[in-house]
Amino acid sequence: MANTSAQDAFVEFDHVQKSYDGETLVVKDLQLRIGKGEFLTMLGPSGSGKTTCLMMLAGFETATNGEIYLNRKPINNVAPHKRGIGMVFQNYALFPHMTVAENLAFPLQVRGLSKADQQAKVQRALDMVELSAMGGRRPAQLSGGQQQRVAVARALVFEPDLVLMDEPLGALDKQLREQMQYEIKHIHESLGVTVVYVTHDQSEALTMSDRIAVFNDGRIQQLSTPEALYERPENSFVAQFIGENNRIDGKIREIHGNACAVEIPGGLTVQATHVQGAGAGAPTTLSIRPERVLMSAGDQPVPGAIDGRIEELIYHGDHIRVRMSVAGNPNFVVKVTNRQGHQPLAEGSTVKVGWDPADCRALDPMSA
Amino acid sequence: MPEARTAAPLRTADGVPLKTALARAQRRAKWRAAGLVLPLLLFILASFVIPIGQMLFRSVSNDEFSSHMPHMVAWFAENGDAEPDDAAWEALVLDLRQAREDRTIGLIGTRVNYELSGTRSLFTSTARKAEDMEPPYREALLDADEDWADPELWGVMRRASSPYTDAFYLAAVDRTRDATGSVEMVDENRQVYVAIFWRTLVLSVTIALLCLLLGYPIAHLLATLPMRYSNLLMILVLLPFWTSLLVRTTSWMVLLQSQGVVNDVLVWIGIIGEDGRIQMMYNQAGTVIAMTHILLPFMILPLYSVMRTIPPSYARAARSLGATSWTTFRRIYLPQTVPGMGAGILLVFILAVGYYITPALVGGTTGTLISNLIAFHMQESHNWSLAAALAGILLAAVLLLYWLYDRLVGIDNMKLG
Ligand SMILES: Nc1ncnc2c1ncn2[C@@H]1O[C@H](COP(=O)(O)OP(=O)(O)O)[C@@H](O)[C@H]1O
Ligand SMILES: [Mg+2]
Repeated sequence: MANTSAQDAFVEFDHVQKSYDGETLVVKDLQLRIGKGEFLTMLGPSGSGKTTCLMMLAGFETATNGEIYLNRKPINNVAPHKRGIGMVFQNYALFPHMTVAENLAFPLQVRGLSKADQQAKVQRALDMVELSAMGGRRPAQLSGGQQQRVAVARALVFEPDLVLMDEPLGALDKQLREQMQYEIKHIHESLGVTVVYVTHDQSEALTMSDRIAVFNDGRIQQLSTPEALYERPENSFVAQFIGENNRIDGKIREIHGNACAVEIPGGLTVQATHVQGAGAGAPTTLSIRPERVLMSAGDQPVPGAIDGRIEELIYHGDHIRVRMSVAGNPNFVVKVTNRQGHQPLAEGSTVKVGWDPADCRALDPMSA
Repeated sequence: MPEARTAAPLRTADGVPLKTALARAQRRAKWRAAGLVLPLLLFILASFVIPIGQMLFRSVSNDEFSSHMPHMVAWFAENGDAEPDDAAWEALVLDLRQAREDRTIGLIGTRVNYELSGTRSLFTSTARKAEDMEPPYREALLDADEDWADPELWGVMRRASSPYTDAFYLAAVDRTRDATGSVEMVDENRQVYVAIFWRTLVLSVTIALLCLLLGYPIAHLLATLPMRYSNLLMILVLLPFWTSLLVRTTSWMVLLQSQGVVNDVLVWIGIIGEDGRIQMMYNQAGTVIAMTHILLPFMILPLYSVMRTIPPSYARAARSLGATSWTTFRRIYLPQTVPGMGAGILLVFILAVGYYITPALVGGTTGTLISNLIAFHMQESHNWSLAAALAGILLAAVLLLYWLYDRLVGIDNMKLG
């Protein structure tokens, strides 16, 4: 992972705030450091301020307060065309009146490169995205995936140190999207360029990124590696937004260092990992991943097991999704791997469920 | 499958060939569609195609002389360019007598008068005496009026004896035929039409370009402002459509005349003196100013409709790629608005070329356009054929322009709204 210590930050948002209308803050006190060569993804639901952050970095919106540094220079007052930042737009924004080659040559022309240099670089960029034969075509004559590649090539052809991508794969179908994820990742690795990537698709974020900044409501909720984000969500929003998650509302009874005992509906007490700073007596929401829930078939004891009623079984081939009612939550999902001799399940029956306390995190209480 | 098509025609389950069945199934729909457009088709035919056809026919039609002077027509047909002989003089007298009886002599005289002024009275007065004329007719006619010997008159009559003529088109471009029939310019002091055609062209181009210059930024603003502001602006743009053309033109007169508001303000500020009031009305300046204002919406609307479809991300992409805002405009935005510019220019130009009321009111003598001359010939000189010829040339010029535009930009690329 790239070095992200303070003095090495390649991009830095320093207490950045943004308001469009002077009444509400769309970006609230953003603090973010991005290392050189890093692939950082801004992930969050629609309207959480990701695009706004990207636009401020690209220079198309001005920060209402705070400063943005690029390569340790403040850039609030630098015009967009002088920032040298490559950008890939969601609708690609390929110039419709120019051929693919002309599109790629455009950033080189405005930089005053010689015709020969232009041609060489355009050809190299086309080779990189495997579209060498398409230089003479108009964007409209390309498929969605090809347009996407041209857009990537154009953002890279002038060799910027930083490339911004705003939901670049949003318009592609699933299969193509997965292939492009791989290709973009590959290009990032081979060029060593810094990428700031925006998406609302968590699986895209998890597979591509070095680090992910989860946005909600104009704030970064958590900034960590994909693994940490999934394994150790720091608040209920992140737990709920990334991957599948089971919630149980409860109240903290006792705290022992990292662990805590939580009283859940029905008067039972379960063990969990204590995450938030809340003290004993505070409300909490327990978060546990479906594949970490243990289910006992009577004879195999599960530590701290509680009762769960099987509501619905959904066959998925490699696994079976079991929807249960557990502690007042009728949408408690357990994934049971479909291996030989797994315990027989029946809708309507009651089984014991439990978990390793390390897998169950007591987070901030989540309303609704 | 191509095999199936070549092997045997596909048939429906009942054994009817598929094509026949399809045609039958679609016939009703086709008839209904035709029925819906029929009224419009008839309306266009009656109000557009027929009048234009008639106008074009009138501009070459020449029957006032040829259909009322049958003996002369016969003689010209036989003898062509020959000097008039006895038979010719006799034919003339016979026709004059008949024309007086039929009361068509005025028509004939007027027709010849178009090309040789002063001859209308020659015909009417001689026709009165023709009843009593006796051979030899040559002497009798020359007795009545010396001018009958004029070879130019005979030249005009010869040309007038054909049912079709190019005389009106020649007249419309300040040309005429001399006695021998070759084309030449008319006298310098009677050359008017070419100059006015030229002026119409120049002023229309000027107006179209001014509209483009003024309309482009407004259209851009309309296309990019948030909805609630752009709606208001759109109303302001369309406002002129909802006010009477006469009122608008008159208000320009109030503003621009030499005792008008603009001059008063300039004098009051002290930019010009009381005696230095600028003449902005009753000349070309007045025509250009008022017509630019009136035609501006026709430029803004097509531009707007094109600009609205250009996403702002293009400009952003160009900027992020390193282009200055000027380069972005010139290389990215402007080329994409070409269809709108083409449509706007064409529309404004075509409307300006045929504009009538505004130049008539504010144009004075130096600011009148060809349509004012057409109106003059329709309403005052009653030379409808010349008016038709002028209008025909105008129509041809517009069609030519349209064709040029199609070659250069492509009609498919035009967006009118
Ligand atoms: N140009 C703008 N003017 C006013 N409000 C805007 C503008 N762009 C975005 N917003 C508002 O800012 C908030 C964040 O938007 P955005 O940054 O586009 O979110 P995201 O990209 O995460 O979906 C939204 O509530 C949106 O309505
Ligand atoms: Mg967005």
